[in-house]
Amino acid sequence: MAEADERTFLGLSDVSISEDIPVEGEITVPMSSHSQDDDYSTLDEPVKETIIRDLKAVGKKFVHVMYPKKSNALLRDWDLWGPLVLCVSLALMLQGGSVDSKEDGGPQFAEVFVIVWFGAVVITLNSKLLGGTISFFQSLCVLGYCVLPLTVGMLVCRLVLLASMGPINFLIRFIVVIAMFAWSTLASTAFLADSQPPNRKALAVYPIFLFYFVISWMILTFTPH
Amino acid sequence: MATVDDLKFAEFGDSANLLPVPGDDTTVTIEDPGQKPPASRGLPRGAGREEDEELLGNSDSDKTEQLLAGQKKSSPFWTFEYYQTFFDVDTYQVFDRIKGSMLPIPGRNFVRLYIRSNPDLYGPFWICATLVFAIAISGNFSNFLIHLGDKTFHYVPEFRKVSIAATAIYAYAWLVPLGLWGFLLWRNSKVMSIVSYSFLEIVCVYGYSLFVYIPTAILWIIPQKAVRWVLVMVALGLSGSVLVMTFWPAVRDDNRRVAVATIVTIVLLHTLLSVGCLAYFFDAPELDYAPTLSPAPPLKQATTMVKAI
Repeated sequence: MAEADERTFLGLSDVSISEDIPVEGEITVPMSSHSQDDDYSTLDEPVKETIIRDLKAVGKKFVHVMYPKKSNALLRDWDLWGPLVLCVSLALMLQGGSVDSKEDGGPQFAEVFVIVWFGAVVITLNSKLLGGTISFFQSLCVLGYCVLPLTVGMLVCRLVLLASMGPINFLIRFIVVIAMFAWSTLASTAFLADSQPPNRKALAVYPIFLFYFVISWMILTFTPH
Repeated sequence: MATVDDLKFAEFGDSANLLPVPGDDTTVTIEDPGQKPPASRGLPRGAGREEDEELLGNSDSDKTEQLLAGQKKSSPFWTFEYYQTFFDVDTYQVFDRIKGSMLPIPGRNFVRLYIRSNPDLYGPFWICATLVFAIAISGNFSNFLIHLGDKTFHYVPEFRKVSIAATAIYAYAWLVPLGLWGFLLWRNSKVMSIVSYSFLEIVCVYGYSLFVYIPTAILWIIPQKAVRWVLVMVALGLSGSVLVMTFWPAVRDDNRRVAVATIVTIVLLHTLLSVGCLAYFFDAPELDYAPTLSPAPPLKQATTMVKAI
């Protein structure tokens, strides 16, 4: 038996390759279709490329929020960079500008931060407890990115407040904040509502409404010194 | 061949169809996911369901509760599924419970009728959260309106008050039920015939009974003392009577004095919460002056111009 094995094994030794034919080439291992995070191939690239790729991903998600269609980009490739940037910029813009503000009743930086993140976590837990199928970080990602219209609204309000105060000033800010609040709420429900059981959709959407309402109130009542 | 039909799995359709009570709503919402859940426009449907339960009688509901009590909450408390059992409510159920908390009908026990051994934590938690923000925002807005004509008043959003409101309301909605539950348990050990509700059912009743304060807080913006006190009376009457009618059957078999003292304490704490919120978050409208801009003397104008920068 071993001899037979040996014979089949030695079968290839009869084949001789002529020395004229060069044997060269590359051996490539066929890789399975990979997602964007295959670490070993991005380890050698320059840092600038990595940062630009992440920035592009964040920017693409911003565009998805501003024009909410039912795409899966926000849900599938979640990241929390965008929400962090938005939350920090919103909290910074909500500061009154005076350092030792004893009488400034506006929200402190930590309060805004806690409200945004703790609120998003509570809403995510709520939707999961009601039987939603979305994952924890995907939901955090969507809720954080949908703060973008309100951050833009805050920027507009600060610019409008550079002009003189008065009822027209307030009216402009009111309209802008209401529009951005509606945009945020509609964008986030467009992404999140499908993952809820159908007879509990209103129960899952109401906390999102409350969340953006509170942020809108903080923006609207902002008064600089 | 007949055997093929015998072997074929018979579709029962949506399993919720088998249940007479919530079946209609579930099927409608599954077919039309874009629609609002029908319970929000189903006020007559809610009344019909109450009549069904009225016909069922109390004995049937008790048996169902005993059966259901055996099936619920089988997961250990460190798993996620355990907490999911507390959120096992549909939209129409939440609406029905809210409706039931605002319309006390004599003889109808909120716990028996609406909760029926399915207490949920969704209602208490989100009603308290909404109430916190409603009181803080309404108080702020009302103060702004009251001091509108006053040039020396500098408007601040008063964000501190949100934290204070949150502490007060969540403490009321969770610590008072804890105390009441412990008290009922203690009395139950002495007087056997007392019905003691579970802790979550008491939390549920208290949470839903706070719902009537949300429109009340919004209406408290009106800067008239008489209007505000009328609102307090109405809200207190509605939610207080729901609480009384829930807990009276639980304590009436006890010593007369203890029973009355318990009910009085419940009502008193409820009153304290509403009056306290009104006093702390809403400034008193001292003068009923209309908020018109009075012509300010030049000195005051200079100071306000400096302030506005």
